[in-house]
Amino acid sequence: MFGYMGKILRVNLTTNEITTEDLDFELAKKYIGGRGLGTKLYMDEVDPQVDPFAAENKIVFINGPLSGTATPTGGRYMVVTKSPLTGCIASSNSGGEWGAYLKYAGYDAIIVEGKASLPVYLSIDEDKAEILPALDLWGKMVSETSDMLKEKQPGSKVLTIGPAGEKLSQMAAIMNEKDRAAGRSGVGAVMGSKNLKAITVKGNLKPEIANPDGLKAVTKECRTLLKENGVTGGGLPTYGTAVLVNIINEHGVYPTKNFQGGQDPDAEAVSGETLTEKYLIKRNPCHHCPIGCGRWVKSDKSPDGIGGPEYETLWVFAGDLGIDDMEVVIDANYWCNELGIDTISAGATLAAAMELYQRGYITDEMLDDEVILKFGNADSVVHWLKKMGNREGFGDLLARGSYRLADFFGVPEYSMSVKKQDLPAYDPRGIQGMGLQYATSNRGGCHVRGYLISPEILGLPEKLDRFELAGKEVWAKVFQDLTAVIDSTGLCLFTSFALGAQQYADMLNETLGTDWSAEDVLLAGERIWNLEKLFNLEAGISSEEDTLPPRFLEEEMPDGPTKGWVHKLDELLPLYYKERGWDEDGIPTEERLEKLGLL
Amino acid sequence: MAIKIKLFANFREGRGKIVEMDYTPGMTGQDVIDSLGITAPEIAALIVDGVDGKVDAMLTIPIKEDGYMAIFPPVAGG
Repeated sequence: MFGYMGKILRVNLTTNEITTEDLDFELAKKYIGGRGLGTKLYMDEVDPQVDPFAAENKIVFINGPLSGTATPTGGRYMVVTKSPLTGCIASSNSGGEWGAYLKYAGYDAIIVEGKASLPVYLSIDEDKAEILPALDLWGKMVSETSDMLKEKQPGSKVLTIGPAGEKLSQMAAIMNEKDRAAGRSGVGAVMGSKNLKAITVKGNLKPEIANPDGLKAVTKECRTLLKENGVTGGGLPTYGTAVLVNIINEHGVYPTKNFQGGQDPDAEAVSGETLTEKYLIKRNPCHHCPIGCGRWVKSDKSPDGIGGPEYETLWVFAGDLGIDDMEVVIDANYWCNELGIDTISAGATLAAAMELYQRGYITDEMLDDEVILKFGNADSVVHWLKKMGNREGFGDLLARGSYRLADFFGVPEYSMSVKKQDLPAYDPRGIQGMGLQYATSNRGGCHVRGYLISPEILGLPEKLDRFELAGKEVWAKVFQDLTAVIDSTGLCLFTSFALGAQQYADMLNETLGTDWSAEDVLLAGERIWNLEKLFNLEAGISSEEDTLPPRFLEEEMPDGPTKGWVHKLDELLPLYYKERGWDEDGIPTEERLEKLGLL
Repeated sequence: MAIKIKLFANFREGRGKIVEMDYTPGMTGQDVIDSLGITAPEIAALIVDGVDGKVDAMLTIPIKEDGYMAIFPPVAGG
């Protein structure tokens, strides 16, 4: 079998049974790998109505056919399960090294089922896979857990949850290499619900390539395109994703104070330019990545270096909280990594709490007169992140995410979320296509499911009028479908700033021995998107939830270059459903499902 | 009267964060980038007096007397 290792490891934590199964090559090709194949494998075995924390829920850890090959950025993996935050399919992606090393250990995927009676970790060293006790690891932060496991399993890469996952926070992340995160949708809590603390992987196996010379040539072509591209060869390696702070702010779509405003006069203090000038030690690339957007930075508390913040993290712990202190952001990022909690959702939940405090719903008494959750209060950030990650006091309510927090006070409209997943760093009132994407993303509020910021703000591949509605449903579908493909290959989404569907088809063809066109690849992406939609519908997530918080539909942006705008979802959504070949209620038609081979 | 030109990312190299220029009636973005030694193909995003659009079109729009421009090279993230 080319590209894939041909093996799935099945781990039953209830019975302690570990078995190896063959990967169905035809099934794998139909869904590619990663997000697509992971979702298919998951859906074939789990009832969509399952309680995410029940032993009957499963977790699929899966890499892609290009993971562990020489292709640029080939090292990512997906975690697929049902989200305890949204109730939707959760497909959470992470970079670093672990995904490639799962391949080197000899596996395309691990399916974890059941529940261990006591904390355990899974150790995989090629043919040797064991469920081992983890009582000494349970309760420990991510770094300490990782260090201890590297001593127990030398040469391994470590994937782990932190206290947030153990305590079933709906925002818990799964971490690897200490500061890489499968961050969104609470996947860490599903792992915690199974008493599974960590998975270590080690091995020296390599996938077989159908046409090694062909892959070498295509890889060289893609690396050249990445190097020559202004974004992947310039902006991202130099400034990291933090470079977005200023451009998003200048367009007046940089959400401030829980999306109450769109422009921050102090954004420069937490910009990519400032991070590079004052804090950067070096780039921190993922496996086989020529872009190297990751940052290794210094701070007052970590003068020798620490994993640096991404754009969303910078925004959420600065502009969204009314703070402009890079030290606070770096420290908050560190604590989210250690606790194993999603920075976007954690920060957004603090922002919602601060607005609830502003409006009198949360009082000093509720906070036990501890550090006040007020916009601009820098001291509140790490204090309440720790409480959140450990579910202490008011932190127990915070740990449930902004939607459940605001709903507790009877005002869910103050949660800036879609399908209960917190929105990221772009105000949809000034980016109509992005708002449509937020509303229709299969995993809830998310920017990476279809990054329309690219054409609407950044001018890539061409500049669209961000306020215009015409054609946005077409762009949304194409971006969503192509993203589903890339998420399934094992490659990083950032390659798409320089590469197109043809390059992904070429890399897959040389690896797998297939003969796909760009259209075939996009059709696979559409198939994966519809598969996810089917899961959500069966899980009870109706198309009524394809919406945005009332703030964006009813309140005009009060300031800046986006002043006066609301999001026109009611005009865009029917066009999107039609473009997708769905009926008026947003349900995939039989005709479309048949075309996609889903019937 | 001076107009403000905000520069970002590598456009700041050798130029600084904000450049002030004397306003002349009818001056456009093209005039500004000519004097800064920046070419249109190098620009990914451009804002003139709070309005963004396709770079080539934005370069022809007259800047206001107390106006500003924000000029970005290719940047991205997610």
